[in-house]
Amino acid sequence: MNDQPPLSLHVPEPAVRPGGKPDFSSVKIPNAGSVPRPEIDVDPESIRDLAFSIIRVLNRDGEAVGPWAGLLSDEALLEGLRHMMTLRTFDARMLMAQRQGKTSFYMQHMGEEAVSCAFRKALEPGDMNFPTYRQAGLLIAAGYSLVDMMNEIFSNERDPLKGRQMPVLYSSKALGFFTISGNLATQFIQAVGWAMASAIKRDTRIAAGWIGDGATAESDFHAALVFASTYKAPVVLNIVNNQWAISTFQGIARGGSGTFAARGLGFGIPALRVDGNDYLAVYAVARWAIERARRNFGPTLVEYVTYRVGAHSTSDDPAAYRPKTESDAWPLGDPVIRLKNHLIRRGVWSEARHKQAEAEILDGVVTAQKEAEGHGTLHAGGKPSVRDMFEGVYAEMPPHLRRQRQQAGV
Amino acid sequence: MPTNVLMPALSPTMEQGKLAKWLKKEGDTVKSGDVIAEIETDKATMEVEAVDEGVLAKILVGDGTENVAVNTPIAVIAGEGEDPAAASKAAPAPKLNGGETAKPEKAEAQKTAPPQRKAEATLPAASLGHAPSTPASAEPEVPEGTQMVTMTVREALRDAMAEEMRRDDLVFVMGEEVAEYQGAYKVTQGLLQEFGARRVVDTPITEHGFAGLGVGAALAGLKPVVEFMTFNFAMQAMDQIINSAAKTLYMSGGQMGCPIVFRGPNGAAARVAAQHSHDYTAWYSNVPGLKVVAPHTAADAKGLLKAAIRDLNPVVFLENEILYGQSFPVPKLDDFIIPIGKAKIAKPGSHVTLVAWSIGMSYALKAAEQLAKDGIEAEVIDLRTIRPMDIETVIESVKKTNRLVTVEEGWAQSGVGAEIAMRICEHAFDWLDAPPVRVTGKDVPMPYAANLEKLALPHVDEVVAAAKSVLYKATS
Repeated sequence: MNDQPPLSLHVPEPAVRPGGKPDFSSVKIPNAGSVPRPEIDVDPESIRDLAFSIIRVLNRDGEAVGPWAGLLSDEALLEGLRHMMTLRTFDARMLMAQRQGKTSFYMQHMGEEAVSCAFRKALEPGDMNFPTYRQAGLLIAAGYSLVDMMNEIFSNERDPLKGRQMPVLYSSKALGFFTISGNLATQFIQAVGWAMASAIKRDTRIAAGWIGDGATAESDFHAALVFASTYKAPVVLNIVNNQWAISTFQGIARGGSGTFAARGLGFGIPALRVDGNDYLAVYAVARWAIERARRNFGPTLVEYVTYRVGAHSTSDDPAAYRPKTESDAWPLGDPVIRLKNHLIRRGVWSEARHKQAEAEILDGVVTAQKEAEGHGTLHAGGKPSVRDMFEGVYAEMPPHLRRQRQQAGV
Repeated sequence: MPTNVLMPALSPTMEQGKLAKWLKKEGDTVKSGDVIAEIETDKATMEVEAVDEGVLAKILVGDGTENVAVNTPIAVIAGEGEDPAAASKAAPAPKLNGGETAKPEKAEAQKTAPPQRKAEATLPAASLGHAPSTPASAEPEVPEGTQMVTMTVREALRDAMAEEMRRDDLVFVMGEEVAEYQGAYKVTQGLLQEFGARRVVDTPITEHGFAGLGVGAALAGLKPVVEFMTFNFAMQAMDQIINSAAKTLYMSGGQMGCPIVFRGPNGAAARVAAQHSHDYTAWYSNVPGLKVVAPHTAADAKGLLKAAIRDLNPVVFLENEILYGQSFPVPKLDDFIIPIGKAKIAKPGSHVTLVAWSIGMSYALKAAEQLAKDGIEAEVIDLRTIRPMDIETVIESVKKTNRLVTVEEGWAQSGVGAEIAMRICEHAFDWLDAPPVRVTGKDVPMPYAANLEKLALPHVDEVVAAAKSVLYKATS
């Protein structure tokens, strides 16, 4: 009746699993400086190839080269290095605090520090980020208090979020850091909505949405591109491709589109791929996209090509799903070391000064931690106020909550 | 001061783990951040890092020790200038450090007995179905003399899926992290190895997407088991579950049904705050076309999941993360099925009826123990299935006790307790000697902080007080 051969289902597989030899030969790395820098009012149709390349500034010798170089002063670069080192030190201390039971959960940035630290420096006060859980550099580079970050992580009596939110899901309206949602991708479309509202109000502020490679599979991601494309919303749509969504390799979400950036092409949105481990390249691309949005040329989709060196969170073990040595084989290197080498090459930094800075930063983070721990940790010391538990459910407390609070005896 | 190295917790719900290997030996100098040992849990392997500097004076828990409770001292580190020999002599008998006053009950249980012993101790014979006098189970669910094996709810769920997959090639499992990683909570452990990638499918991160895909596969004649990492994330998939899975049989004039199971943890775990702690029982309970199951014990989890997979209708199967690691006796039978829609009397009594399901049963059973000390015999009904609801069993109980208390972690307004109380008012009003009382979560989104979370959830004391209030007895 039917002599057709049977169908079969295609299931993508990562190149290597635990026990195998790490292989990134499929990640094509163009030379630093080789990708052109278009004008910000460019016709998106004419730069489709940028969605398949990687914009890089720092070459293997630590020099800044090509049309995307030359935007940052020595002082700005030294500050950027300090932000990334602070974030890394902060992560190390908080990971240890989690192991000590001072908090229940933590998520580190190891390998991805440049993405959020450099992006923040291209924004203006008043701009709004809709971040995920791995962009704490947006806060650190904006000068947010480390003590307050720790107070949130320890959920103590000074927790700015009053014991209500999970560790690392920070919130700071003043610094343009929208409350992080624990549910993936919901905020990508909200960033577009916020940006459209800014345009409707004839404001000058722009928004930045953030999403990981895995969560681009969510419907919200696609809805965000539709609205951003149709209404030319003043928004920068950032995809942090760190290769792994817990145990799921990026090919599961990417499918056959070649790159995540290429998702933007069908929507007519300019799409750029950038070396996410290159502070200078991240800053240059962020500035280009932010300026486009600010001057009303519409949205930009940016894919940061990077690698999650650590575990997804303190609740998983990468050795179960990828080779232990895979991060050593990652071809784009370490963002901190690359910027350090560049600054040494520029003659404004040295190994000795770097060591000294490491010690100073650790000292500062430890001092902050002592102060935060003085206000309590998850299981010891000062706790969030029980009275506050009933606040903030509604703008004004309704009578039944007042009754419940009285019954709780607080 | 010598300091103790404590057994670390990998996650808030981890209670114990195996000390796999020491990487340092007694007498070694350790620096802060050095990896000194490896531990294993049912979820993962992790490295234990030294926090303090000094000399590893004494190893208290040796290589390969299983079931080491979180926060048990596993080694002693002597600080600079201290005598390691003296420090090792001062090594404490395993006890808890100063910080965990938040969980005294759990700490007590760990010290006195392994969890499964405790679970057995609190599980009366009636829960196994040996109570022919009860209306809930006229026929015993388990034949007399059946051998029982102790297993966790997690293992029972895995076995149920594996048995049904062996039995029926149309059954497959799909969701985030179910295959390669063996499930975010290890409920699908070993399924990929036994059944292969064709039937154990890792999906992209899109609940709306893979729920819809499952509905499509069910409409095409397969029998999908769709795992949500938590039902909190299934909010995305609501349109597929409600508007398509639940309604298609009806809308198609009976032509095409949707035999699918949506399963995963529901409700609060520990320290996961507002967006990961929501109890959705009442939401699904509202929808005709769905069946809604929420078991407490491992035996019920196994028997009901097997029934759910065979059911021709969409079944929402609500598990609980806290219960995953708890152990219960499960009958050793080739094909153990518990019919959907039948409650059971977990503990018979005559003074007051306590109705609960899923983790609510933990509060109800503990409250019944406390009430018994005051001479109050509570009858505890495990509803097990929320829709269709076995209200007959509750009615028969209320006719005997004349008093009703419902227990749920979800919120009061439009909750399942409201539904039970209303049905009792409809069908057994004349037997009630007091207005029914609901024990529920407080009317706030779940906070993160341990002290606030504890307060936001129901307490055993509240169940005891509610039972006494419907008996018009003063709470001591």
